[in-house]
Amino acid sequence: MSAIYNASRRDFLKTSALAGGGLVIGFTLPGAARLAQAAAMFKPNAYLRIASDGHVTVICGLSEMGQGVHTAIPMLIAEELDADWSKISVKQAPADPAFNNPIFGMQATGGSTSVRGHWEPMRKAGAAARAMLVAAAADKWKADQADCRTERGMVVHKSGKKLSYGQLADAAARQAVPKEIKLKSAKEFRILGTPAKRLDTPVKVNGAANFGLDVHLPGMLTALMARPPVPGGKLVSVDDSKAKAISGVKQVVQIPGGVAVLAEGFWAAKQGRDALEIKWDDGANAALSSEGVSKMLAEGAAKGGALARNEGDAAAPASKRLEAVYEAPYLAHACMEPMNATVWVKPDEIEVWAGTQSQGPSQGILGKVGGVAPGKVKVNTMYLGGGFGRRFAPDFTVDATLLSKISGKPVKLVYTREDDMKAYFYRPASVTRFVGGLDAGGNALSFSASVASPSIMEASGFMKLPANGVDDMAVEGIRDCPYDFPNLRVEYARVEPGVQVWFWRSVGHSQNLFFIESFVDEMAATAGKDPYEFRRALLVKQPRYKGVLELAAQKAGWGQPLPAGVHRGIAVAQSFGSYVAEVAEVSVGKDGKVKVHRVVGAVDCGMTVNPEIVRRQVESAIVYGLSAALYGKITFKDGRVEQSNFHDYPVLRIDEMPDVEVHIVASGEPPGGMGEPGLPPIAPAVTNAIFAATGKRVRKLPIDPEELKQA
Amino acid sequence: MISLSVNGKTITVKDSPDTPLLWVLRDTLGMTGTKFGCGVALCGACTVHLDGEPVRSCTTPVSAAAGKKVVTIEAMAANPVGRAVQAAWIKHDVPQCGYCQSGQIMGASALLSTNKKPSDADIDAAMSGIVCRCGTYNQIRAAIKDAAHAMAKGG
Repeated sequence: MSAIYNASRRDFLKTSALAGGGLVIGFTLPGAARLAQAAAMFKPNAYLRIASDGHVTVICGLSEMGQGVHTAIPMLIAEELDADWSKISVKQAPADPAFNNPIFGMQATGGSTSVRGHWEPMRKAGAAARAMLVAAAADKWKADQADCRTERGMVVHKSGKKLSYGQLADAAARQAVPKEIKLKSAKEFRILGTPAKRLDTPVKVNGAANFGLDVHLPGMLTALMARPPVPGGKLVSVDDSKAKAISGVKQVVQIPGGVAVLAEGFWAAKQGRDALEIKWDDGANAALSSEGVSKMLAEGAAKGGALARNEGDAAAPASKRLEAVYEAPYLAHACMEPMNATVWVKPDEIEVWAGTQSQGPSQGILGKVGGVAPGKVKVNTMYLGGGFGRRFAPDFTVDATLLSKISGKPVKLVYTREDDMKAYFYRPASVTRFVGGLDAGGNALSFSASVASPSIMEASGFMKLPANGVDDMAVEGIRDCPYDFPNLRVEYARVEPGVQVWFWRSVGHSQNLFFIESFVDEMAATAGKDPYEFRRALLVKQPRYKGVLELAAQKAGWGQPLPAGVHRGIAVAQSFGSYVAEVAEVSVGKDGKVKVHRVVGAVDCGMTVNPEIVRRQVESAIVYGLSAALYGKITFKDGRVEQSNFHDYPVLRIDEMPDVEVHIVASGEPPGGMGEPGLPPIAPAVTNAIFAATGKRVRKLPIDPEELKQA
Repeated sequence: MISLSVNGKTITVKDSPDTPLLWVLRDTLGMTGTKFGCGVALCGACTVHLDGEPVRSCTTPVSAAAGKKVVTIEAMAANPVGRAVQAAWIKHDVPQCGYCQSGQIMGASALLSTNKKPSDADIDAAMSGIVCRCGTYNQIRAAIKDAAHAMAKGG
């Protein structure tokens, strides 16, 4: 998910006049693959519409899951179009190769790629439209284009004459697409870099926003499923007589994923599902336990594996040597909206309504399930009640497709919270063993890390473990360690306990930055140095890391007195092209309970599309990461997931919310991602503060208050 | 047959009495603004007002609403407190994914209906039952205070 793509090539622009009037700009995005397909990608569907009343509609192929993409993408277009922001609205695009994410080469939202991938093509679309509007105005006025400029939805002639974009839309549609598209320089930006209001707020305060779960179709049945309680388990037998006796239950269906009850509405389906009497064969994972998983991972880390990075001699003699083993658990995403999908398999077409992060791949996957070509799978992307990577997975859409195919009816498959919590697709459990060496002066000499974790790339179904045996996502954040260690070695041992793993907000960085930023803190403590200054000295050649580290420390008042009992911890990370440092102010009660009072973040995400959304995403990631650090764990006993709902998988609530301030580094670098990078530093910032407060080093998440109790 | 008032209209439904009010609203009446999050009153996404009190509709059987007044997010714009809360939510651009926000707004408007100037502790007590996974809590707190301020000014 971190491939670099040259977005400047393969841009195609085409216009067509809409029957109803107005200007349509269609363009295929780079990464939409083969040139030969280009002609077929020009659709009457448009990416940008200007109506004759001047209203601009941006059609966004990316999924809105809270990260603000339905505001950021329109801002990119509006900037170069010189649009009037008050006349912009956004509409969700269908699944179509024309909307492929340039970084992925498929239509999907994730990996904090949206702004990075669309930064240039979306601006080009706006700029092309603007050029055609100017040309249309110049024609009408029989004037020179050079004497025309644009401002806030108007073309203005040097004489003072003006025409609105709405007035020009029809004529502009007849203009040739400019061959050369000139983009603004950053200092000409009028919309980018401003805290424009989110376009999706109004429908999210009155109940009108439609999420996947809100879909209703005539004749639709609601399905709930009973799934094997152990990964890889199989159905032996089912007695559905009690389920079928429940009023509203229409059908009981067996599919590979389990047994489904189809009913009129959720409540009947749930009662029916709960009344199924099923015998399962637990299979090979019947004895799976978290203790066993920990042991496998620890053994893997001790043994080592494929070489991921090797510089100098990490085994070089050192005056002081320290060693530590860190562990992170499986995690569920626990999106507020449980997984669900509505699918209608028609004779020659499949229609899907879902909050999905992967419309493009869904067309192929569901087409195969339902027996139609990918182009015959129509995906209606609804608002996502949280995504965090979970909604990239196809489990809920595949099963809904099977159920519609079998029943012949539109089917809404719903996961209860318990179903959702137990449905796997977890952030991998992981163990990393570190060895560090210091010279007599306390300077870092060597660093080695042995990471043991399942392979997300293999689990994804669309990537493969590279030939060198190193899963990029298992080692990210450690392999790219920025510290200037003269001797450095990173290894990866693939360990597969048998649980389906998946992308979870910030992916490998989510645990690896906890590991490495804690261990670097340990090195600082062993060296007798201040953890901020220790890092700073090792980041001399890394100005962007150093910049955010210094800004966070300065804004947090690093080294200045705090109220009694409150202590600071610091951590810094780069992920998805953005740099974030966080300072956490933490106290630990006598009972071991951890309170996070305040978090100060500094972010360098390159050029900023919308600083308010950037700050909110960092804050959001801090909350998500804090929930995981303080409480998050999915554990197994006798093959079964032990957690089921928010009582045993607690998440941060308003009474635990720290004050958060986020400072943005002014930068002219290309934009980095923003949905995830705020997350990785929070766990180590907190646990490093716990060390400062108690002298106890947290090496396993979630933080266990029992371990921090004062005698 | 159970009769109840939903957003000022008297409605009679045939759902069995133990059906949670949430599913009567969502599936029977097609009012999908009220959300399903946990099913066991742990997350607050399904919060509605029952005779003015905030309740979790996922664990409130429809029979418990018989003859009572149910108010949902869909009617908040028709209520002075609800309007002030929604305006503050818009001013602070509170929602991210937005899924929990119906519940948050119902919780906040119930609080402000009885407490014109809630303290931080009052906000914690009233709102800690309503989970937001996007982490909009600081904006929720700011918006509640802003709504209280606006109402005090007669806005």
